[in-house]
Amino acid sequence: MNDTVIDVLTAICLLGGALMSVAAGVGLLRFPDLLARMHAATKPQVLGLLLFLLAIGLQMRSWVLVPVLMVCWIFMLLTVPVSAHMVGRAGYRTKHMRRDLLSMDELDEVVEKAANKRAPDRNPTERPDET
Amino acid sequence: MTRERIPFITELPLIIWLVIVWGALWQDFSPGNLIFGGLIAYAVANLLYLPPVELSGRFNVLYAVPFVGRFIYKLVVASFEVFWLSLTRGPRLVNAVVAVQLRSQSDLLVTTTGHALSLIPGSLVIEVDRSTSTLYLHCLNIETPGDAAKIRSDVRATEAWLIRIMGTRDDLALLQTEDRFAQENDNREGGVSK
Repeated sequence: MNDTVIDVLTAICLLGGALMSVAAGVGLLRFPDLLARMHAATKPQVLGLLLFLLAIGLQMRSWVLVPVLMVCWIFMLLTVPVSAHMVGRAGYRTKHMRRDLLSMDELDEVVEKAANKRAPDRNPTERPDET
Repeated sequence: MTRERIPFITELPLIIWLVIVWGALWQDFSPGNLIFGGLIAYAVANLLYLPPVELSGRFNVLYAVPFVGRFIYKLVVASFEVFWLSLTRGPRLVNAVVAVQLRSQSDLLVTTTGHALSLIPGSLVIEVDRSTSTLYLHCLNIETPGDAAKIRSDVRATEAWLIRIMGTRDDLALLQTEDRFAQENDNREGGVSK
């Protein structure tokens, strides 16, 4: 009886994790630019990993494994935002993104202002890729 | 090479964390293994020197536990939201880069908030202005300034949680003043707007 319950819970966790992997994949395929794709690569994947680890913990039924699984997830939590930030930041700076898809860009205003302050003699219309 | 000695108490959280990782990896939490792990952690922390993280000296478990719950709930919501957007909107998605100014000046808190934000609402930190502690977030599906305002208040709510858990006393005092002002405003309006 107890075993069946645990098996069902494991199955739910595994299916949920698989669904989240699909979500990340669909997002990578369908989102239009790099920054949007980074969203798909971070959130569903972290949740997916959590569900898979839960499934492992439920099936193995040993307490000694729990800290490893937790450390595993914590490292995921620590590293995923950093990598997403680095890729996103590099993408933004090298303009690997579609500006036409942004409804507002408050960073661009700041960058523009800073650029004008540093070189006041430079013509601000020098950057033709900006709108 | 001269360097400032770090007091042991500042190093302690790092060493405890390293010992936990050590024990977890060996899957062995017997005292002997932990003591050996502690020695290795101490050696690693002193030989491979990194600037110490400036902790605030407080940690409130009463707020930390509900925060973890809120975090996992929001993570589930955000994951399904990304999934739903990818299925229904896909290439026609409209995003925005939103600037959010945080209250805290502490590096640790700005970093933690940025970390939490990358995972919970539909946002991604693309730039940090450390001098003004402003985060520039890339957010999915923002079409109107109203959506951006919602993100901003959500970000500040997350930051408020983190300040209550581990912010400095100054930040906490700031937050309490802010709460009091908000309450007074609510009282004055007499619940007309809400």
